[in-house]
Amino acid sequence: MRDAAVEVRVTACPDGPLLVRGPAQIVDAKGREIEKRRSTVALCRCGGTAIPPWCDGTHKVNGYRSGDGAD
Amino acid sequence: MTSTPVRDTAARDTADHPDAADHPVTAATPRPPHQARLPLPAARGPVSGALVAALTSGPPADDAGERLAPVRAALAAALAAHAPGSRDILDDGDVQLALLVMYELHYRGVEGVDDAWEWEPALLAARRTIEGPFEAAVRERAGTPTGTETDAPAVARRLFDLAASDDGPSLSRYVAKRADAEQVRELLVLKSLYQLKEADPHTWAVPRLAGAPKAALVEIQADEYGGGQVGRMHADLFARTMRGAGLDDTYGRYVDAVPAVVLVALNTMSLFGLHRRLRGAIVGHLAAFEMTSSIPSRLYGNGFRRLGHDEGTTEYFDEHVEADAVHEQIAARDLAGRLVEQDPALRDDVLLGAAACLAVEGDVAAYALGRWQEGGSALREPLDAHA
Repeated sequence: MRDAAVEVRVTACPDGPLLVRGPAQIVDAKGREIEKRRSTVALCRCGGTAIPPWCDGTHKVNGYRSGDGAD
Repeated sequence: MTSTPVRDTAARDTADHPDAADHPVTAATPRPPHQARLPLPAARGPVSGALVAALTSGPPADDAGERLAPVRAALAAALAAHAPGSRDILDDGDVQLALLVMYELHYRGVEGVDDAWEWEPALLAARRTIEGPFEAAVRERAGTPTGTETDAPAVARRLFDLAASDDGPSLSRYVAKRADAEQVRELLVLKSLYQLKEADPHTWAVPRLAGAPKAALVEIQADEYGGGQVGRMHADLFARTMRGAGLDDTYGRYVDAVPAVVLVALNTMSLFGLHRRLRGAIVGHLAAFEMTSSIPSRLYGNGFRRLGHDEGTTEYFDEHVEADAVHEQIAARDLAGRLVEQDPALRDDVLLGAAACLAVEGDVAAYALGRWQEGGSALREPLDAHA
């Protein structure tokens, strides 16, 4: 959910990706912008995605645990 | 989309529908497929036959109740033939088609049927006669799950667990590795009734929610509708995939081809979506739908690539790998989770919706795989029979 007081918000999803909302610029190692094709994107955190840097749901089948105790 | 040639069916639609006639189709301005109504389906038995006859007899008037008498009679006989307390109604293609036609009046409408039928009380009464046993059967099929979760993270975890423990057969794995060219075309036909109106049944929930869950649903649906861009709407991407596979992307074109099990999956969404009291269930349905999409979409895309389809044809699936990995997170926590926090009494309905989605969509997969493994068609008639 957008919070009007925060321009960019990153949500660490338990055992899942980082959800990025707001006008964040995502860049590669050379600083080139990676185009976001939707207003909210999910960044892979498990390392298993086939479409980096985006999440493709692989964390659900590779046993990834974020260990961030978000709940 | 705009390069789609004008089809015969489009020309016929224009003649049949006054609203389409306001925007005459010319060679220079092909009629967008978005205006199409559901083609009038062929009867599958006495109930759908009587219904189609009544609905095409002109707009409802004071005699609507009398004109629907044959529908009530056929319906009473059909329901009486089902074993009491059974799930026979889920196998009854005739009754399921009748319900689909009644529900479609709330979406795009049905060819040759006056829109005033949508809120005709006598027709709604007949619909309720089907919905009672239908809802009972769907609840039983879903196994009426119950929970104790009270906060959003716990609800999300429960939903992810439900989806992960679903042991239905995997249609996507079969498509990735083994399906032949004709079977993937059949897959698209099976999906087309929903995917050409993708997201619409869940959109009914928007005005029924408030606060955080409403914002979450809008965030998901906006993406489903391509961020408001024609051509990027997921239904449009699916239409492109159909064209790429040599299929007709006219809305509802294959309604006569799909088996009862597909009608059940569609009617389940409409039942949940059109009843405010079941808003928890349509939310749970969406969450489960999103949770079982990103990985299967990659497998579907792989199957289409294996069979030589191009990027334009696989884009629908490629888009869903990325989109639904976002949507499932929003749907689980911000939509379903926050809804349960807001209204704990809806928790079991959320779980019901999720379990029902997994069950009825799993039934479609099992049916198609079963038919294909027998060397048959998953459609009521193979596609070449219609050519």
